[in-house]
Amino acid sequence: MSNQTQLIAEAGKQELFIIRELEAPRELVFRVFNESELLLQWLGPANMEMEIDKLDSRTGGSYRFLHCDPNGNKYCFNGVIHEVLAPERIIRTFEFEGLPERGHVSLEFLTLEPLSNERTKLTIQCIFKSVADRDGMIMSGMERGMNEGLIRMDALLAKGF
Amino acid sequence: MRRDVFQAIADPTRRAILALIASQAMTPNALAEHFDSSRQAVSNHIKILTECQLVKQEQSGREIYYHFNPKKMKEVADWIEPFRKMWDDRFDKLDKVLYNLKNKK
Repeated sequence: MSNQTQLIAEAGKQELFIIRELEAPRELVFRVFNESELLLQWLGPANMEMEIDKLDSRTGGSYRFLHCDPNGNKYCFNGVIHEVLAPERIIRTFEFEGLPERGHVSLEFLTLEPLSNERTKLTIQCIFKSVADRDGMIMSGMERGMNEGLIRMDALLAKGF
Repeated sequence: MRRDVFQAIADPTRRAILALIASQAMTPNALAEHFDSSRQAVSNHIKILTECQLVKQEQSGREIYYHFNPKKMKEVADWIEPFRKMWDDRFDKLDKVLYNLKNKK
């Protein structure tokens, strides 16, 4: 039985929170956010291959990740890393490269709080340029869910159903 | 005829339209370029979305722009659920990575 992910997105606000408790001490959790070979094992969405173009995980560093779907479409996003404070905090920017124009950047605060019994509470706070940007990000989940549904349907059709 | 929000977002093309204009207001031409379906079909979807106030149309010079209306979207209690579920799936994978790391020590 896995822990529930909590998503808080209040109406009319430019921010959202993603909160989740993890069954590991925060030193380990911190590693899975900072080491390429570990990130590759979980960050990519279902049905997509993830590639790391660049990950310079330190204060003043930057990153660029790609998600590739089975049709060969690539979804790239990048950002600069404002602060890496092991093992408790990462502050960085995020920009999806697939939008029609540049500049829709968000700011992310990843915070790790130690809990008893070697557990950790992860909070990701994302602050967007506008309410519309935030709502667009949330709805991209809806769009992706739809795309995954279509891909699954394609697979079924290919099998002859 | 008054249409409701739930009916409007039940259709995948209309959800895709909303996702597009939520990031940026768009003209009818710019929007139609994103879809394989006919301009008329896209325009029908827009009509439905406008009738239930999920989309607002604004005139700017000679162009009409479609805007997403997030206030109306708030009436749909679970519109954030797919995004939450995406992170839920991701964290389930993260759990396995952490489990393996712990057992390696």
